[in-house]
Amino acid sequence: MTARLKAGSKLERLLAAGAFTVTAECGPPKSADGMVIADKAKLLVGSVDAVNITDNQTAVARICSLAASYLAQQNGCEAIMQMTCRDRNRLAMQADILGAAALGIKNILCLTGDHQSFGNHPQTRGVFDLDAVQLVRMFKDMRDEKKFQCGEEMPTEPRLFIGCAENPFGDPFEFRALRLKKKVEAGADFVQTQCIFNIPKFKQWMEHVRVLGLHQEVKILAGITPIKGAGMANYMKQSVPGMDVPQEIVDRIAAKDKGAPQQEEGKALAVEMIKELAEVEGIAGIHVMAVEWEPVVPEIVERAGLLPRPAVTE
Amino acid sequence: MITAERKPFEEILALLAGHTKVLVAGCDTCVAVCLTGGEKEAEILAAELRIQAKKDGRDVHVEHTAAIRQCEWEYLDAIAEKVNEFPVVLSMACGIGIQSMAEKFADKLVLPAVNTNMLGMPQEHAVWLERCGACGDCVLGRTGGVCPIVRCSKSLLNGPCGGSHNGTCEVRGPGDEEIECAWQLIHDKLYAQGREDLILEIVPPKDWSKSPCGGPRKMVKREARPV
Repeated sequence: MTARLKAGSKLERLLAAGAFTVTAECGPPKSADGMVIADKAKLLVGSVDAVNITDNQTAVARICSLAASYLAQQNGCEAIMQMTCRDRNRLAMQADILGAAALGIKNILCLTGDHQSFGNHPQTRGVFDLDAVQLVRMFKDMRDEKKFQCGEEMPTEPRLFIGCAENPFGDPFEFRALRLKKKVEAGADFVQTQCIFNIPKFKQWMEHVRVLGLHQEVKILAGITPIKGAGMANYMKQSVPGMDVPQEIVDRIAAKDKGAPQQEEGKALAVEMIKELAEVEGIAGIHVMAVEWEPVVPEIVERAGLLPRPAVTE
Repeated sequence: MITAERKPFEEILALLAGHTKVLVAGCDTCVAVCLTGGEKEAEILAAELRIQAKKDGRDVHVEHTAAIRQCEWEYLDAIAEKVNEFPVVLSMACGIGIQSMAEKFADKLVLPAVNTNMLGMPQEHAVWLERCGACGDCVLGRTGGVCPIVRCSKSLLNGPCGGSHNGTCEVRGPGDEEIECAWQLIHDKLYAQGREDLILEIVPPKDWSKSPCGGPRKMVKREARPV
């Protein structure tokens, strides 16, 4: 089986073996303190199979995803290095991926990126030399053809397990599964979805995905975000682009007292959702995005019945 | 057309600090159509500068003029005599006009009174929308006549990002107004035309070398050059 692996990462091996896989998001800090990454990695190790290291998340400058991915791996967590098209041109993206591969990073998630106007440097110039579909294809060609985007050849290719994201709740809705199809055709091996709160709509999207047969071509990890309180639920419903938070979810959290009771309800909701999504045909795992609430991930994973994590066989 | 907006008055005053003899030069083409820098606007700005100087107790001499097109040297001959009376010219033309003035009247200090902002079209009276980025490699033939380079906030070429919602972009306009999602428009147009295969194909990375990224551009029409 090893011969057929593209990168040989733990994530790839588990998905190839058909294990229900668990990933979690880990945001680097807005400072040079690498210990923040080390601490988050130590917290998540054993509870998840790999951690996504975000790339200047929400267009805010932080420790870069390459360095943070390396630090996470040094501390026992396999990294999924995220890369957005917002901050780098094709030269920088290829340079970073060669560096990442040289440092032992094997999983990459290709994203368009939040627009710079949402971040803390709204006056910067967004790059967007490539879009996410083109980024996936560029990395696939580097890996499979040993070719740079310009067509020049390289002696040693980066062995990568290539991921992409998809938002089932964006518009036009009928196009969202077709957009995933484009990314799969471009070379995506796995996809992590936007946070799911509207399960009926997500199931409808999965139906489109299955009609296109994409669930057999790409490993789909369903995105879960535990809600910390009614304030966060409302904020995500109203202010976060691309989010679809039904009113009944907001009401359910708001019905509890502020603080610990709302947090408990948020965790319980996340656990319920994981269990329900795990039953959906074509879902290969979950991706937990506990934004600045990483400590809650091990508990949620355990309560969802996903511990212990399976060992990887070489 | 090229559109421009007048710079804030305070900025214009700062640019003119210490100068006592100024000619405000309008341009009667694009910037006149967008109500920013035609002869009428040049006359108004000159008057405002005189009033401000009077308020401040400064002795200045400000007049105005206008060329049919500041971006072509032939049209500058008509205002050359007037320009020669002044050491400082405050141009209300687009960036092209300001530069042609600076080049033609090399001994004058030519300063900008406007910010050139886009290649746009009027949506309704006194409202303009950006329509072209002059990228040098037009894709409108495969995008239903909607430009994704300037009308998509991320210049995407392979369909909408996850931030498209009810036909609007996740990004807000400068006045916090909603922006149309270009890819929703492209999607709807291509499906209506039965050309949806164009949105389903993977479009390769764009050749940005033909855009300003490739360095200053030059166009030569050989067949029209003198032999």
